[in-house]
Amino acid sequence: MEKSVNSNKILFFGITKDITGLSELYLNLEGKSIATFKEELTLKFPKLKLLSSLNIALNHEYVPLDLIISLGDEIALIPPVSGG
Amino acid sequence: MKNLVQLVDSIDLDSVISFVSNTSCGAVSIFLGTVRSHTKEKAVKKLLFEGYAPMAIKQMELIIAESNELYGIEKMAIQHVLGEKYVGEQVVAIAASAPHRQNAMDACTFAIDTLKKRVPIWKKEFFDDGAIWVSSHP
Repeated sequence: MEKSVNSNKILFFGITKDITGLSELYLNLEGKSIATFKEELTLKFPKLKLLSSLNIALNHEYVPLDLIISLGDEIALIPPVSGG
Repeated sequence: MKNLVQLVDSIDLDSVISFVSNTSCGAVSIFLGTVRSHTKEKAVKKLLFEGYAPMAIKQMELIIAESNELYGIEKMAIQHVLGEKYVGEQVVAIAASAPHRQNAMDACTFAIDTLKKRVPIWKKEFFDDGAIWVSSHP
């Protein structure tokens, strides 16, 4: 899907970039919950299940799994962080 | 509450210290993180830091606000590098000023501990025989 206002930008970081081979992806996720998005993505990339944790950020914030995604929201995969 | 939060190519410790320095404060506490030569007896060649910049900045600003709530500091500054870093190089600097030393030191400890748990920055360690994303590798 092309980058447009009719899609969601999904960003991949750290090990999730290696697992999926993607650094970004555009999909229409309107109306889906964070949990559903995560489930569908894990079906497509089963190796994501091996991570000790995988948080999803929405518009630069950690959000609960039951949050519903709106068009234009920016989504990011946050594997275990290791800064510092 | 004024703060300084930056993602940088190289740590500038002087700017971090001068930012928090204040004549009303009797203490400036500093945490400086550097690249260690070994991880579990394996020699480290270099590290690569990747970050989700806008979210990392937001999270670091949140950490400063929480540090202030908990410890009543005067000012805090956080700098973190992104990119490649070699053994001995500086990768993160946190400075806090407060009227008295205990609050400044406690705030620094809280800030680095929380940064390591929450700020979306990832570190890849390179060895002679390969590389791993720290904390993430299955």
